[in-house]
Amino acid sequence: MWSFVLKRLLSAIPTLFLLVALTFFLMRVAPGGPFDAERALPPEVQAQVEAAYHLDEPVWRQFGRYLGGLMQGDLGPSYQYAGYTVNELVAQGFPVSLQLGMAALLLALLLGGGAGILAALKYNGPADHGIMALAMTGLALPNFVVAPLLVLAFAVTLAWLPAGGWDGPASLVLPVLALALPQVAAIARLMRGSMIEVLGQGYVRAARAKGLPEYRVVLVHALKPALMPVLSYLGPATAQLITGSVVIEQIFSIPGLGRHFVQGALNRDYTVVMGVVVFYGALIILFNLIVDLLYGVLDPRVRQR
Amino acid sequence: MFSTETPSHGGIPFLRAFLCVSVALCEFAFSTPAQAVQVLRKGNEVEPETLDPHKAQGISAANILRDLYEGLTGEAPDGSVVPGAAERWEVADEGRSYTFFLREGARWSNGDPLTAEDYAAGLRRSADPRTGSKYSQLLLPIENADAVTSGRLPPEALGVGALDAHRLQIRLRAPAPHFPGLLTHHATFPVHRPSLAAHGERFARPGLLVGNGAYRLDQWVMQSHIALVRNTEYWDAAQVAVDRVVYYPTENAAAELKRYRAGELDWTGTVPQNQMPWVRQNLGAELHATPYLGIYYYGFNLTRAPFRDNPKLRRALALAVDREILAGKIAAAGETPAYGWVPPGTAGYAPVIAPWASWPAERRLAEARRLYAEAGYSAERPLEVEIRYNTHADHKKIAVVVAYMWQQALGVRTRLINEEWKVFLQSRRFKRDTQVFRASWIGDYDDPSSFLELFRCGNGLNDTGYCNTAYDALLDAAAAQTDSGLRRARMQDAERLLLEDLPVLPMYFYVSRHLVKPYVRGWRANIMDHHYTKHFRLPPH
Repeated sequence: MWSFVLKRLLSAIPTLFLLVALTFFLMRVAPGGPFDAERALPPEVQAQVEAAYHLDEPVWRQFGRYLGGLMQGDLGPSYQYAGYTVNELVAQGFPVSLQLGMAALLLALLLGGGAGILAALKYNGPADHGIMALAMTGLALPNFVVAPLLVLAFAVTLAWLPAGGWDGPASLVLPVLALALPQVAAIARLMRGSMIEVLGQGYVRAARAKGLPEYRVVLVHALKPALMPVLSYLGPATAQLITGSVVIEQIFSIPGLGRHFVQGALNRDYTVVMGVVVFYGALIILFNLIVDLLYGVLDPRVRQR
Repeated sequence: MFSTETPSHGGIPFLRAFLCVSVALCEFAFSTPAQAVQVLRKGNEVEPETLDPHKAQGISAANILRDLYEGLTGEAPDGSVVPGAAERWEVADEGRSYTFFLREGARWSNGDPLTAEDYAAGLRRSADPRTGSKYSQLLLPIENADAVTSGRLPPEALGVGALDAHRLQIRLRAPAPHFPGLLTHHATFPVHRPSLAAHGERFARPGLLVGNGAYRLDQWVMQSHIALVRNTEYWDAAQVAVDRVVYYPTENAAAELKRYRAGELDWTGTVPQNQMPWVRQNLGAELHATPYLGIYYYGFNLTRAPFRDNPKLRRALALAVDREILAGKIAAAGETPAYGWVPPGTAGYAPVIAPWASWPAERRLAEARRLYAEAGYSAERPLEVEIRYNTHADHKKIAVVVAYMWQQALGVRTRLINEEWKVFLQSRRFKRDTQVFRASWIGDYDDPSSFLELFRCGNGLNDTGYCNTAYDALLDAAAAQTDSGLRRARMQDAERLLLEDLPVLPMYFYVSRHLVKPYVRGWRANIMDHHYTKHFRLPPH
């Protein structure tokens, strides 16, 4: 298994390199630079500032300089926030995004998984139809539509929860909900499908024939194999939660990485955008690896391969 | 664990929980309603890039810097210039020399004495091109500032010097009656030299920043909030009522409005234009929309066809725009139509108004058609022109209406092009692709020169490419005047010439828009839209 892990980690290096190179050059192609502002700097000042950040050097040399820093884990200084490094911004923003993402993932798994199982057990009944209709709605509604509606209902009209910001667990509720809803829907559909399939299997029938109570049949015998497709969806789900959090953090004024990313792109803060891309890129690769390893834990057939 | 702080502040969770609980209990046990902590929560548009007063730019950073630092002069709630860190000043040499007398016993927030040399050092650092200040042009009235900011002379050559610990002398190259007002700008603030020497670029961070304003920096969580607390070392600390002020970055004005309505903000940085009718109807008593030292306009690119050497065409287009509709129906927050360049209410000035402002609409249109024809255009050979603006629904609305007015009046065919902000700034500056472009200008200080200087030949902010030596000569003549009446007259001449040449199409003068909760006391409208937290009170509510 270790050779598998090592192989996967090694193959991540060219992927990351490609990601870094692509982002680096795409950023430079975009018109406008980090120090372009409505109030143009006098040329002599502009020259001083650009030289201080090596922006006056040829692009390939800047790229080399960036890679050199990256090897040592240095994501460079932020162009936008004088006196702050990108490492600091990531260290400040990631715990926030992580809490948001993990809470949303957990909610999606519990709610989506539960709803999926329920729908499978009541296959073709009114509960099944109801849940699937809701799931379809959840999938179809983008979170930038859901989020403002949630704010309007629960923050402005009912005044139960904060409309934005990041202070206190209460401010977590609406963004997590908005972020999780599409995933709840996706997981519910997956769970239902695979559960229906598993419930029709011989060994489930055997378990029932033994006279086991229904909850044991479902939770002990059927759940584990039925989880496989859900598990393989966790990789893409994480990626979607990350991209989703970019939007959600913006709407709810949450000081996470996603907000840094959006502001960084608008400000042409090259190093911040690069830093967030590299960090999230590495994270997604890592998460996919973990999912693959979990696969082996749940399914002995995968382990043997 | 739920935390908005950086991981390094993490510590042991239960210990923190214990501390929090005990602190909360203490506060609960010892606070009475009269002593309740006054916290003001302000929406503040964009996140400041830095709190270094000489590197910061933009309105949101300036709002915070006015609380953290104090200039030699300050502003009263109504915007008038009052003594700040200097309790008085003397003017000599026909307005070319200022001596500022610092308050006895003035201190930095860490208790160090505040000296005249701190201000001199601050001005030199601000003018030094190595600092990279965005506002070094503001220092131009100071002797040798021009040569220092362009790197031809060392910062030490700047015309500032401490006569002793309490007296600072500033020599000007020409009299400038607006100079005391300029010193309220953060580009002229002092810096705490030991902190700067010890921490370099990082000195403007929480825990390191030493200021001399009514507040000191307590917390900065990037993209979340910046919190300031009372500076007990401030000379006038006894008069400061608000204990803590929290600035929230709120780029999204619609989200800001929601947070205000949910009671999370006491104050908004702005009000979304498209929500104005609703706000007026439902939150009318809390809305403050008052005249602001700013103008919304379209610029003509004078370096390329069709506007190069074509004043008749520019004039025709300017005449064909109905500003009453733009200001009253489209912007619709109380903006006033602009028939001149310098906003009404600018200190010590009487604005110039284009002569055709009072003409009836038919006469304006007839004149526009006549000039349009003289410029060589007709129904058969209409002008085809592009309006370029930065992507925003409000700008689009204006552009659509202007295009419609031109089409109705003259038959002009207009193409609308929107660009992302930074792309837009570049195309505007390069002057290669632009024809007509959207722009706005907010005065840096309350004086007509803040508006008129924009159109000097070669001014880096003059994206029209306008250059008229007669105009520059009038500005020079104004700058050399010691008599304020004559200075005003020269400036009016310059503005009149500008309205004759029309490198720009002025549309309307801005209003500042804020929502302020009724329990926030001390609000006074002023044309600069500067509101110092020290002027506010929050009675128990």
